[in-house]
Amino acid sequence: MRGAPLRVYAILYLLFLYAPIALLPLFAFNDATIIAFPLSGFTTHWFTDLVANAALRQAVGNSLFIAAMTAIFATLLGLCAARAGAMARFPGKGGIIGFVMLPLVLPEIIVAVSLLIVLRQVLGLNLNNWTVISAHVLICTPFSIAILNGAFQNLDPSIEEAAMDLGESRFSAFRLVTLPLVMPGIISSMLIAFTISLDEFIIAFFLTGANPTMPVYIWGLLRFPAQLPVVMALGTILVALSVTLLIIAELFRRRGLARAGIKDTGGFL
Amino acid sequence: MTALIELKGVEKHYGDYHALRGIDLEIRAGEFFSLLGPSGCGKTTLLRTIAGLEEVSSGSIRIDGRDMKGVAANHRPTNMVFQSYAVFPHLTVAENVGFGLRRDPRGKTEKARAVEEALDMVGLAGYGKRRAHALSGGQRQRVALARALILKPKVLLLDEPLSALDRLMREQMQLELIRLQRQVGITFILVTHDQEEALVMSDRIAVMFEGEIGQLADPETLYRRPATKRVAQFIGKMNFLPGALSADRREIDIAGLGRVATAGLATSGEIGGAVSVGIRPETLAILFEGETAPRREVQGVVSEVVYYGDMTYYDVRVEGIERPLTVSMKNLIGRPVLDVGAAARLAWDERALVLLPG
Repeated sequence: MRGAPLRVYAILYLLFLYAPIALLPLFAFNDATIIAFPLSGFTTHWFTDLVANAALRQAVGNSLFIAAMTAIFATLLGLCAARAGAMARFPGKGGIIGFVMLPLVLPEIIVAVSLLIVLRQVLGLNLNNWTVISAHVLICTPFSIAILNGAFQNLDPSIEEAAMDLGESRFSAFRLVTLPLVMPGIISSMLIAFTISLDEFIIAFFLTGANPTMPVYIWGLLRFPAQLPVVMALGTILVALSVTLLIIAELFRRRGLARAGIKDTGGFL
Repeated sequence: MTALIELKGVEKHYGDYHALRGIDLEIRAGEFFSLLGPSGCGKTTLLRTIAGLEEVSSGSIRIDGRDMKGVAANHRPTNMVFQSYAVFPHLTVAENVGFGLRRDPRGKTEKARAVEEALDMVGLAGYGKRRAHALSGGQRQRVALARALILKPKVLLLDEPLSALDRLMREQMQLELIRLQRQVGITFILVTHDQEEALVMSDRIAVMFEGEIGQLADPETLYRRPATKRVAQFIGKMNFLPGALSADRREIDIAGLGRVATAGLATSGEIGGAVSVGIRPETLAILFEGETAPRREVQGVVSEVVYYGDMTYYDVRVEGIERPLTVSMKNLIGRPVLDVGAAARLAWDERALVLLPG
């Protein structure tokens, strides 16, 4: 049968990708401190430990705040850039857009170190959640632009002009016509930026202040093997959350396409 | 008739690109006016400067006596039907048509009635609740029309509104637009690259080339007395023959056809120097057996035959003329279609000749 080796390869590939993640919930509900088979019984007390850990709660809170702010600012900046890219004509546009997209391929460690130097040595700022937010906005904006570019490319550029021609100011034309049509893109962009920021480690590790973010806190926990199942529990929650967010993002994207009457071409799921 | 729109020395630059070169134009109230030209001639740019969607680089635009400098599109008494129709896909048909009434002080029921009337006018009565993205191209076009006309603008601007429709639909919409224009009495300015469309629909046509107006005239004048070879070529088909004026300019010696008095020739303006003579294919005729030319006759040989059903286009080679003459003949009852190589006697008439520069 032709294609059989390819099918086996695909299955092994997916197994390799997802099997470690499938182990997360397994050990999160396993009643043993040591992460090893055989399993020794069902428990939920790693989850209760998790909730009881004030430092961890604080770290999760930090991360959620940073991720939310990053999502908002990155999407705002992405919105401006994508609109300019799709509708405006100005000299040097190609170069400028390319430059804005550059952080996508810049090594995060380089970004982290240079930002640390700039923030501490040059500007003399104290490290806190906002220093992490500013760096996360930097790395998330290109993703937002890429997502919103798609939304704007599906948009007829005459549509905003038509609204202006019918009596609306430039801003209200944007608000009444463009914004509703790219709203699914905005929501997708916010969800993606949120997810990227939430689990980002390197930059947060360098730029975090007295209160670590969740990934940085988890990294600290790894030194204490007894805490490992708690990390597994947290990981389980995060995976569930990520999948949920991704599904919501995809639903919004499809709804947006349906609303604008555009044929579906690709997507996340 | 007074001018509703006055353009004086309108220039538009995009960086190095000179899109409009000193346009002077007056458009009368209630007129169906067309801007006709090949793509890139600046006709759409000119329309957009009138709409207020583009700033002019220099020159002035006055609409209804008011200078439009610094007046944005949303404050001009113009409305536009876009080439892509730009119907808002996330709204219903009724919401689209009523979009411009947002700032109207009238009550909800009155606005709804106005929307119904506008939809009725464009033949879309009862379509109000439909989603705009579920409409066909022709229906979108009508929504765009209703959406613009409901605001009762002084000028309706149409940017190639029929170019995306199929032939049958296009011809139907042409007639409907003419009817609508007469019904509402609003000045229409149509941008098109389709010469036939412009001839059918317009009261007057401005033919544009490279950011300039080549000729401004009513359809018949434009067709019968084109000012330049370029205009003549763009509107319909025309044969060009080199001619030599006599010293006193009373006579012209036309290659292949002979000498003709210049007094009877159609021309738009003073002609001097190098001249050409233009002849439309339908003003030439192949003489079949027993027929005689009412005026003049010349011998030729058929070099190409193109059969269109109702018409046949012949290329006829005539001694002394470099390029064969194109002749169109109606396929009347009993009239044969000639073969390539057949001898053909051509009838021509000096009254159908147009004297052109160059």
